Amino acid sequence: MAEPLLQLEEVEARYGPVKALHGVSLTVAEGEIVAVLGANGAGKTTTLRAISGTVRRSGAIRFAGKSIAGRSPEAVARLGIAHVPEGRGTLSELSVAENLRLGAYVRRGRASIQEDEQRVLAHFPWLGDRRNQRAGTLSGGEQQMLALARALMLRPRLVLLDEPSLGLAPRVVAEIFRIVGELNEREGLTVLVVEQNAILALEAASRAYVLEVGRVALEGGSETLRRNESVRRSYLGY
Amino acid sequence: MLLAFDWTQLAQQTVIGLSAGGLWALLALALVLIYRSTGVVNFAQGEMAMFSTFIAWSLIHHGLSYWQAFFLTLAISFAGGVALERVVIRPVERAPVLTVVIVTLGLFFLVDGAARWFWSSETRTLPNAFSTRPITVAGVAFSIQDLGNIAVSLGVVALLFALFQFTKLGLALRATASNPDESRLVGIRVSWMLALGWGLAAAMGAVSGMLTAPALASFDQNLMQPVLLYAFAGAVLGGISSPFGAVVGALLLGVFVNLIGTYVDWIGTDLRLPVALAVILGVLLVRPAGLFGRASARRV
Amino acid sequence: MRRALGIGAWLLTVAAGLGVFLVLPHLVSDFHSRDLARAGVFFIAIVGLNLLTGYTGQISLGHGALMAIGGYTTAALVVHEHWRDVWTIPLAGIAAGIVGFIIGIPALRLSGLYLALATFGFAVAIPSLLKKFSGLTGGTQGLRFLESAPLQVTGLTGKVTIFGHTMTQNHFLYYLTWSIGIVGFALAWLIVRGRLGRVFRSVRDSEIAAVSSGVNLAATKTLAFALSGVYAGVAGALLAIQDEIVNPLTYTFLLSILVLVGAVVGGLGSLPGLVLGALFVQYLPKISTHVSGRSGVRDFVYGAAIIVVMILLPTGAGGFLRRVARPLTTWLYTRP
Repeated sequence: MAEPLLQLEEVEARYGPVKALHGVSLTVAEGEIVAVLGANGAGKTTTLRAISGTVRRSGAIRFAGKSIAGRSPEAVARLGIAHVPEGRGTLSELSVAENLRLGAYVRRGRASIQEDEQRVLAHFPWLGDRRNQRAGTLSGGEQQMLALARALMLRPRLVLLDEPSLGLAPRVVAEIFRIVGELNEREGLTVLVVEQNAILALEAASRAYVLEVGRVALEGGSETLRRNESVRRSYLGY
Repeated sequence: MLLAFDWTQLAQQTVIGLSAGGLWALLALALVLIYRSTGVVNFAQGEMAMFSTFIAWSLIHHGLSYWQAFFLTLAISFAGGVALERVVIRPVERAPVLTVVIVTLGLFFLVDGAARWFWSSETRTLPNAFSTRPITVAGVAFSIQDLGNIAVSLGVVALLFALFQFTKLGLALRATASNPDESRLVGIRVSWMLALGWGLAAAMGAVSGMLTAPALASFDQNLMQPVLLYAFAGAVLGGISSPFGAVVGALLLGVFVNLIGTYVDWIGTDLRLPVALAVILGVLLVRPAGLFGRASARRV
Repeated sequence: MRRALGIGAWLLTVAAGLGVFLVLPHLVSDFHSRDLARAGVFFIAIVGLNLLTGYTGQISLGHGALMAIGGYTTAALVVHEHWRDVWTIPLAGIAAGIVGFIIGIPALRLSGLYLALATFGFAVAIPSLLKKFSGLTGGTQGLRFLESAPLQVTGLTGKVTIFGHTMTQNHFLYYLTWSIGIVGFALAWLIVRGRLGRVFRSVRDSEIAAVSSGVNLAATKTLAFALSGVYAGVAGALLAIQDEIVNPLTYTFLLSILVLVGAVVGGLGSLPGLVLGALFVQYLPKISTHVSGRSGVRDFVYGAAIIVVMILLPTGAGGFLRRVARPLTTWLYTRP
């Protein structure tokens, strides 16, 4: 088997004196959607932050054959990992168009960036009409989609998607997951998604990890996990 | 009474006020630039500008023309600003705001001391950037120097606006100021953007200093201290978070201070600044975020 | 047992502090105790500023001007009314407290930088106003105690006798200043520990949360300004008494800056470090002068020292002391 695109081995992370991850290991292969499930405080968000370098971490993190364990967030972004953080991951004082341009900040070549902008806007047609609107004035769902669109502008090899459903209406959440699925099918986009809503996440992902107090408690294919008794009781609620 | 009013004098004094206000505006913009990215007023901004002016003086002393020295000093100041940020501000990037404020006060003493150390404290002069000849417009005589200062100030402001609005670097600088954490996630080297901001601010201060000095009969190391006070006041008046506001605030202040100094006898030169500050305080009590500042929503 | 040890350690620290206070002038030259007295002036002003900035979160760049109010109150009473210099101190404190209260009023609308500008404006305005109203203030010349009212200056003959002890004028100034400083410090400590201290801190940490817990914001802020003003006024009065002269040059913006530097170096929101802050502000220029007599080099060293201290101790000496003492305090206050 080829080396996975992303591989975490015994990764620990801490906020000041508080340890949030006690050794997380996971892999993501090229072209996969992988979900990370777990209760509040299980370390889902911290796992993504450990990958993008926005939290102090130790342990081995390899991406596309390179160790990224000691790299800064900007260096990680330059390697092609787009982190869509929890909440409204947009620069609210800048316009929609500027947010998109920033997504491609580390890339060169004006022509291919403009091409990508058209391609990305095809997935979010309404964004095109609001190019000059300040991002902060968009609705929550729109901002979440803008954040996703901005991440795509990086032409990322991996998207880290943190809790896209947070505080949004079910219809909007479904739309976001539909687009993520579409991107994965058509363009082979690789996604590591953290989600509270386990039903949705397991539907979109092919595999998933369940975190409990900073450790991986369970892992497996989405189907297997969906049938797992404890997952069903704790996270699916039936 | 109305007939006796001298409109020529009003026009002249307004232009003189705009000329001074334009130079304050440049330093005010430098303050805003650093304030927006770090939340700190750089108290050393004026002294840095003074230091730049002394560099220009030395260059001219060694045979360069005024404008050659002007552009060379800009480059040196930019590099110096970047270097200061790296060496002095970087280590306290994550410290409490007041700590950073005290560091800039320390920088005030340090730069001021360095200038007194390298250049003795005797007074000196800088040649005029523009002709001192007056020019007559619609029957009113203005000094070319004042008009030149206004033109250069507005030109620098326009350049800066273009940099921020139309270039990728400017976009990154704005993104950094608005949300550094998010900016890092798209790959912006935020720490360098802060240094770049210091470089730009230092260069703008240098322009301000190099235009302020020729207008004076002579200058010494205290050159920019009053300018810093007015720039600070102007920036706060306009709204310290708004570059546009800072420019307008400083220009308004320039005209206002010059006019009350001219028309209200008991104020004279001594009380100009206190009166100006009192007026600003009045404005702030009505509009706490300044004339053009947006009151930011606070997290509870 | 450990609690008793804790109280013992605390008492020992206080006793050692008082011991140093009593003995110190006898260990240094008579002339030098005047420098120490000057450090005491800074100490008092810094304790006052810390109550305001460190505990209530209101920044002030105008404490030098509040000191001017105190200093000129003393000077005017001595020179015009022929009061004995030391008896003017309470009135100087009250006068500056009232002015502090008045400055506190705009603080109700302004916060952060805007308040900084308002207090800054006050600091800049005071020297100009002092020059303008020369009838009362003596203008640029200032007021000289020795020329106008030499009899009111304590210790002019070179000796002062209090409670049967005779001491030199410099020792008298040292003991006067630092006694007031210690009392002021103790009062500040009681305030910070008590209900009012909690109210102050709640305003610093979150105004909205404070208001919703029933704190009267207007009263608290103006009270903090007034209290802080009293300290500054007393410090200003002592400065005038030590100098035997007041003039606008003493109370420039630089003085406000020095007080602020002292408070931050000492450690905002903490009291024990403030002695170090005061000594820093008093002695650094002197040490810098030793490095070189040239004015430029002196200021350069001064600025560099401030920067280095802030880089090494970003939370001031107070934060540093807390960190160093933590193992001890944790040991003392946890049950075995």
